[in-house]
Amino acid sequence: MQLTKENITIDAAWKLMNEINDPEIPVLSITDLGIVRDIKLNEIEIEIFITPTYSGCPAMNVIAMNIRMILWQNEFKKIKITQQLSPAWTTDWMTEAGKQKLKSYGIAPPVGKSFDKNYLEKLLVECPHCHSMNTKLISQFGSTSCKALYQCNDCLEPFDYFKCH
Amino acid sequence: MNDASNNFKLLKVTPSEGFREAFILHLADNSLIMGHRLSEWTGHGPMLEQDIAISNIALDLIGQSRNFYQYAAQLININNEREVSKTLYPGEDLNEAVATEDSLAYLRDANEFKNILLVELPNGDWAKTIMKLFLFSVYQLYFYQKLIDSSDKQLAAIAEKSLKEVTYHVRWSSEWVIRLGDGTDESHKRISNALEDLWSFTGEMFQPADYENSLLQKRISITVSELKNDWQNKVRNVFEEATLMYPEENIWMQTGGKNGTHTEHLGYILAEMQFLQRAYPRCEW
Repeated sequence: MQLTKENITIDAAWKLMNEINDPEIPVLSITDLGIVRDIKLNEIEIEIFITPTYSGCPAMNVIAMNIRMILWQNEFKKIKITQQLSPAWTTDWMTEAGKQKLKSYGIAPPVGKSFDKNYLEKLLVECPHCHSMNTKLISQFGSTSCKALYQCNDCLEPFDYFKCH
Repeated sequence: MNDASNNFKLLKVTPSEGFREAFILHLADNSLIMGHRLSEWTGHGPMLEQDIAISNIALDLIGQSRNFYQYAAQLININNEREVSKTLYPGEDLNEAVATEDSLAYLRDANEFKNILLVELPNGDWAKTIMKLFLFSVYQLYFYQKLIDSSDKQLAAIAEKSLKEVTYHVRWSSEWVIRLGDGTDESHKRISNALEDLWSFTGEMFQPADYENSLLQKRISITVSELKNDWQNKVRNVFEEATLMYPEENIWMQTGGKNGTHTEHLGYILAEMQFLQRAYPRCEW
């Protein structure tokens, strides 16, 4: 789709956002993750509101750059990217499609909802490889801020779990 | 020596930030210095998973400090007419100098840092690092739970964001305190020694600085002394499970960090952390 300053619409901008993948979890788009919070458009500029998953997430700079690039490539020159901290990002915003994509990529999607105060307690995480529920937590912190490290007791494979947050 | 470093001059205006800026810098400095200390473990953790865990926690804390520094810089630049502590890069004109998250982290000197003393203490062994992180994380947990209601919307937003991360830090460090306290004779001895070394640095958390007191009326800051009960209860419960003695509360406590009077350790941290920006101003990679 070729967008120009004249025909760009909010919908078209959202579609472009769907094409940007998270640099650390390339099967998920930034809209699957719920990182793009809002898009505002007026005659002179487009403003994209993004929220960080974790305060120190190093992917945010890359994501902002990719947003700028794709809009720029689509003929939109005046772009503003605003970081929005509140409401704080939560995995509750992750789309169902996103969860399915995570699973087939080998990462267990978040279990439960973040407002459930028991989410930090013992929970059942399904092994994304053999679908066994007999798994154990190896470490609360994994290869990126948003993941924990689990292992399957049946197929013995270690796997990443996308933490409920 | 290149020209830039020959010409490098530090020009400082009397530090008299507004109370709000000082309060925000205090929070930023707490997170940055704690995060920097933890990052010293990266590549040296006792096992790979724990190396990754402590590096992740360091990243969270440095991320939190960035949010605070960005906000402080924004306020400092808006209130430019107010005399603000600014450290200048070579060739930079005082009237044109702009505060940034980097200038606040990399160009202030030790006496301008407002972090509590606890976070700047050396890591020591794994037990001491864990105990320090535990005592601090429990404090951050209750602090942010209150700061969420700050009348300052940006501070409330940063608190809301940080709180989720700190919840994990408390959980992880509590488990380690219990594991070491209720572990072997050696691990019990080490975590007990750590507690003894660190205890006199905990009182400062609950003693407000002037800038905290003066922001209370507008409900920007919080009453830190009110956090003490919750903090004590949580710490006491974890210590009980860890078979650790809860120390005497009414001992003489170390203070000063909140107002810029630090232990000698902070200077060494800054020397390492700030070296590059001071030797090669504005360098990036």
